[in-house]
Amino acid sequence: MTKVRIKTMYPPGHVRAPFYIRGKEGEIEREIGPFGNPEQLAYGLEAEKQTLYRVRFSMAELWAEAAEAPGDTVDVEVYAHWLEES
Amino acid sequence: MTDTPERRWHDMGGQDAGPVPMDGHDFALWEKRIDALMVLCGGKGLFTVDGLRRALEDMGEDAFEKYSYYERWIAATNQNLIEAGVYTLEELGQRMEDVAARGPTYGEAQGD
Amino acid sequence: MPHDHHDHEHLSPSGHPFRADNDIPLTYWQRMEIAVRELLVEKGHLTPAEINAQIDAMDARSPADGAAVVARAWVDPEFKTRLLANASEATRAMGFDIGPLNLIAVENTAEIHNIIVCTLCSCYPRNLLGLPPDWYKTRAYRSRAVKEPRKVLREFGVELPKSTQIRVHDSTADMRYVVIPARPEGTDGLDEAALAALVTRDSMIGTGLARVPAGA
Repeated sequence: MTKVRIKTMYPPGHVRAPFYIRGKEGEIEREIGPFGNPEQLAYGLEAEKQTLYRVRFSMAELWAEAAEAPGDTVDVEVYAHWLEES
Repeated sequence: MTDTPERRWHDMGGQDAGPVPMDGHDFALWEKRIDALMVLCGGKGLFTVDGLRRALEDMGEDAFEKYSYYERWIAATNQNLIEAGVYTLEELGQRMEDVAARGPTYGEAQGD
Repeated sequence: MPHDHHDHEHLSPSGHPFRADNDIPLTYWQRMEIAVRELLVEKGHLTPAEINAQIDAMDARSPADGAAVVARAWVDPEFKTRLLANASEATRAMGFDIGPLNLIAVENTAEIHNIIVCTLCSCYPRNLLGLPPDWYKTRAYRSRAVKEPRKVLREFGVELPKSTQIRVHDSTADMRYVVIPARPEGTDGLDEAALAALVTRDSMIGTGLARVPAGA
């Protein structure tokens, strides 16, 4: 699976990349396809299509020593413009 | 649990919280009507679900604690309809007063 | 639907007390609902019939629909393959009106247990399972499910062995999820309808397991 990192950035406003995955590394579980960018749709704007991916994170990556079971995982849907190469 | 510039109040994943409350309730007619308005107006392109979520988030954590789920959703629906120019604030304000004048309970005031 | 909200003996079919509505003093937000609804009708955007039809359509959706899909997947391996590949298409092919729902089905096995949450709001496969339970929308569930799912599951009475890997799915964007719970032991002789009766709402969110049939 392809490794990616979620961008570390904190713009205000309506964003669908949750705080707890920013800056974290995960693997692309699957590509879902193009969807309108919610960061534009939320403000009544014409939305560009962004490819949506499901990214799988280990609990160890997300929570370090605080992880309940390091090998458990969380899958999160993330739009392409929030991903960078890992 | 506070709003910070980096992590907004609604972005809850991984925060500390107590036990999951298991009590539930069946939905009242006014709640089902709000749900129907959201779905139908979205389907007709008067707003997007993203616009509804944006309005809900902008209402803040205080509203999340203080108001029920569908109370917040009618507020967000109204916000989006006002922004879309479907009706004016004056029309809404006057109609809410007219509704109140019909009677003291939902049953008396609900219209059709 | 008038009722006496002081009468706590009077429970709905789901076992919950009915929520007071018609017979309590009109709230600010109820006035807003009435006003918005009337303005939308007067401006020609909606008709009362459309609103009633939408309420009926949502009321008609329930976990029983999802349970029928799960039972089909348990008895028909080819259907399960289609469901895992494209849950929206497979569900529609069974005749369910799920509207524009983009659905992904995830399968529980002896090794993997899936659980669904929406940490940012309360996204839920409502067009298949009906409206979500109240707990799904709480701060506690939304906050904790992605960090300590095992503790959360214990609160729902589900204890999983360490050898079972948990996969949490945070429904952050355009997809919605349904869990195909593991088929219980001792159900080989059951037909599809009897199997569907074992599939609970919570088992399709991942906070529960399918029921074991009496006597198994």
